[in-house]
Amino acid sequence: MSSWIPLWLHKLGSPPTFYRFAGTLRPWAMAMALLFGAIALYGGLVLAPADYQQGDAYRIIFIHVPSAWMSMFIYAVMGVAAFIALVWRIKLAEVVAMESAPIGAAFTFITLVTGSLWGKPMWGTWWTWDARLTSELVLLFLYLGVIGLYHAFEDRRQGARAAAFLAIIGIINVPIVHFSVNWWNTLHQGSTINVFGQSKISWDMLWPLLSMMLATKFYYVASLFRRVRTDLLALEGGKDWVRKIAESEAGQ
Amino acid sequence: MNALQTFFAMGGYGAYVWPAYAVFFIVLIVDNIAPRLRRRRVLRELRARIARQSSRQDRVRQDRANSNSIPTQPSP
Repeated sequence: MSSWIPLWLHKLGSPPTFYRFAGTLRPWAMAMALLFGAIALYGGLVLAPADYQQGDAYRIIFIHVPSAWMSMFIYAVMGVAAFIALVWRIKLAEVVAMESAPIGAAFTFITLVTGSLWGKPMWGTWWTWDARLTSELVLLFLYLGVIGLYHAFEDRRQGARAAAFLAIIGIINVPIVHFSVNWWNTLHQGSTINVFGQSKISWDMLWPLLSMMLATKFYYVASLFRRVRTDLLALEGGKDWVRKIAESEAGQ
Repeated sequence: MNALQTFFAMGGYGAYVWPAYAVFFIVLIVDNIAPRLRRRRVLRELRARIARQSSRQDRVRQDRANSNSIPTQPSP
């Protein structure tokens, strides 16, 4: 295995190295998240004009859509990490997969609630059992299932393996969420942003959306690194490097 | 209506827009605080474990110094 993974990647996979690496990067990721988030809020709530059809209600898009992207993006990361954890038994991959789940669940929850708050004035209903909404709800349950299964075992690594299986099986739901607006008739509007081709949105509204997308990406990195660092301390409790950190005054 | 009131009214949709933003921030703040508390707890437990281990080692060393026999009281 080591023959095709570069040495630095191998080193980064070792808990003490990753602990330091994540500790250095985390504050920067958080700062970028706050910066891009603040710019996005100003652009989205103040500068962007009202929509000609939806008035000011459309401004929920600036948190709803980035959160929805993150709910799928984080699931994909979790699925890949879970696969690596199951095949190569890399402890760090296990931790990344398991600590991604609560953040993904948070973004999925935000997506559902903000969507509901957007749906009420626009569609006249808080909820409808259509393909997009239902598959996103299933995504939330998958996240909760992964979290629950992980904590259901006395042995954490055994729990991580069981939860990793569920995470991998659940990946099938990610494309279903994404393509649901094309595959089935739905109340939910189609994609606003197209990576390939013309997006159906004016630049005044697009740039705050992209800025918030960056902010949520950076936030995920910051939150994940914080969680992974704590998890590594708990998992490697008996090791010397953890002992040194615990004994140091601030515990940084 | 002044500019600020207009802003908070959100064209009549304020009751939907602001709760949405509130949920976004509250959930992310909770997501931020939870691991901080967990980190503190993990470090506290680690320190307690280290303290227990070192006191046990001290006791064993003392017992060895006092006599050649093994300690009569098993350490907790």
